[in-house]
Amino acid sequence: MSSPTPAHDDVVHSESFLRLLMRRQLSLSIACAATFLVALLGMPLLNYFAPAFMATRVAGFTLSWLILGVLFFPFVWIISYLFIKRSLRLEEDEVNDARR
Amino acid sequence: MITPLALLGGVDPWIFGFSFLTVAVTLWMGFRSAKTSKTASDFFVAGRSVSVGWNASAISGEYLSAASFMGVAGMVMSSGYDALWYPVCYACGYLFLLLFIAGPLRRFGAYTIPDFAEGRFDSPLFRKIAVCFVLFIGFFYTMPQMKGAGVTLAYIFPGLPYWVGVVVVGAVITLNVALGGMKGITLVQAVQYWIKLFAISVPIFVLMAVVGFYNTQIGANLAPGETAPAVSSVERKPLVEKAPKDTAWIAPFGPLTTKAVTAAANALPAEQRPAFLAEHQKPYSLLYTYSLIIALVCGTAGLPHILVRFYTNPDGVAAKKTTMWVMILIGVFYVFPPVFGVIGRNLLPELYSGVGAKGTDKIVLELPTLISAKYGVVGSILSGITCAGAFAAFMSTFSGLLVSMTGALAHDVYGRMLRPQSRPAERMAAFKVAAVLIGGVAVTLGCFVEPLEINFMVGQAFAIAAASYFPLLFMSVWWRGMTMKGAATGMLTGGLCALGAAALTNLGTLALDKGPMGQVFAGFAPLNGFWAQHPLLRILCEQPAIWTVPLAITLMVVVSKATAAQVPADIRMKMLVLHAPEKLGLKQEYIQEQQAGAGH
Repeated sequence: MSSPTPAHDDVVHSESFLRLLMRRQLSLSIACAATFLVALLGMPLLNYFAPAFMATRVAGFTLSWLILGVLFFPFVWIISYLFIKRSLRLEEDEVNDARR
Repeated sequence: MITPLALLGGVDPWIFGFSFLTVAVTLWMGFRSAKTSKTASDFFVAGRSVSVGWNASAISGEYLSAASFMGVAGMVMSSGYDALWYPVCYACGYLFLLLFIAGPLRRFGAYTIPDFAEGRFDSPLFRKIAVCFVLFIGFFYTMPQMKGAGVTLAYIFPGLPYWVGVVVVGAVITLNVALGGMKGITLVQAVQYWIKLFAISVPIFVLMAVVGFYNTQIGANLAPGETAPAVSSVERKPLVEKAPKDTAWIAPFGPLTTKAVTAAANALPAEQRPAFLAEHQKPYSLLYTYSLIIALVCGTAGLPHILVRFYTNPDGVAAKKTTMWVMILIGVFYVFPPVFGVIGRNLLPELYSGVGAKGTDKIVLELPTLISAKYGVVGSILSGITCAGAFAAFMSTFSGLLVSMTGALAHDVYGRMLRPQSRPAERMAAFKVAAVLIGGVAVTLGCFVEPLEINFMVGQAFAIAAASYFPLLFMSVWWRGMTMKGAATGMLTGGLCALGAAALTNLGTLALDKGPMGQVFAGFAPLNGFWAQHPLLRILCEQPAIWTVPLAITLMVVVSKATAAQVPADIRMKMLVLHAPEKLGLKQEYIQEQQAGAGH
């Protein structure tokens, strides 16, 4: 870094900046994790309470097998794609906030 | 020379040729790259110049072990639907890593978990505690790799005893690591990924084209509530007695998760069994499923040899893109192994009666030979390809683990604890001794685990990581109130409980073995009698994550609150380094302050 070391009473080093930073990042992570966990932890519940429905045949697979063995992977790719896109935008915003 | 030649009698030249080629290429590439990068820092710096694509392939290559390549297929064949949680959570665990841990750790700039533990709490003591778990998790992870080696060699050389395969492969890899080849080189690991993907996908597509596709093969199994299977075109072989019934195999809460309750029911008088099963079977298997999910998802985020690789990215943006690609690469891979298990159930059910190296864990290797009757040599070639993939799988993971465990032992235990004044030459010698020592222990352990399922053992390594490193990383990154004492108490208690539970489970299972291991471990047979009385305790022991992970986190919070005065003084700066975008340059500032502080 060619820029001089910033003094310790600027925006970047303030308590409020750190709190805002962590809160924004954590809430994005938690939102993505919640979407994922609802699906992941919901699957056993569906299997438990709606076994007949989950045993429905879909092109040879049972519904339950199709979701877990095949469809779950693209679902996770979508969540991670959205997370990365948003978190990169968030970092841009943070840099702009800090330098304003 | 007589013995090896005699062994070659029943060997298929194609299968032997492909396997030998993989081993030779791996060793050659390892040594070639090792010449250009001599030290650990060389490795990291060199790694930082690789592109996202290569790096993602390398991470995937190191991650996909014998468990993914052979174990998942074997377990889907033996246990059915419930085993699908393994590949799904192996892949999805990365999401947790991406969401909560990868970014901050990359910004903090610690190469390994012990580095992070020391930096976050300014405590060399805590580093030493953290190092222990590299070894604990590592040994649990190497056992299944050794079983993969034993199974594969026993398949290639039909007369060879299981333990010979373990010793030979273990010795070759250990020697390779000790002599400086295979230092977790990015290029080698990346190539291994593509070998594995090729070796799992091409044979299965050819097979499916001949015997029927994934959905057809599943459709041939009877689901609960059906009177006739959905598909009748598959010519299934009759199931042997030990195989689970169709309806139990295809539906959730099958043999894997209900094993403990079934064992307990069998210990009861016959007239009480139906009532006991009706009351306990489903709730307990739901508990088992959740505990398994927690272990695998949290465990992925705490595997020492995987986290290291995130520092081979030039910056945080590349780190995130790499993670995205890793999830795609391993997700694509994990669709295929269950297909082997499904087709194996329909067309090769005699493996259900095999034990140890002759059981379902070798389905990936043997299944392609089914088409030999029709297409002659094609079956052998495809089987040779899957054998080559298996070699790539256990060689890359075992080497990676051996490097990180040897590093921990030589660098931390010898270099920092026993002989802090040792010279570089002495440390190099220590590295070699440590490699041989750890390789020897891994081989010895590997010889004992023939009766255990590959995939199950890797699951145990994940459970230990989930109760030790995952809470440490997650809490240290997101909670500033954490103290060294809190972190150490939680990590040690949670991790050791999971370790003890896993060891007890294995000892109990080994005591049940009909072969030589059953006699060695016969002293632990009463455990199984106890578990038959208490199936819930058996499940909590077999899948401990559901209580060890919350236990670790609770202890961390309680002890940290009690020792709140010991929170590191510069905690705000540490948190900023962990969370602020790298463009703000806080890391450099932090390093300058640390150096200035050290100068006083």
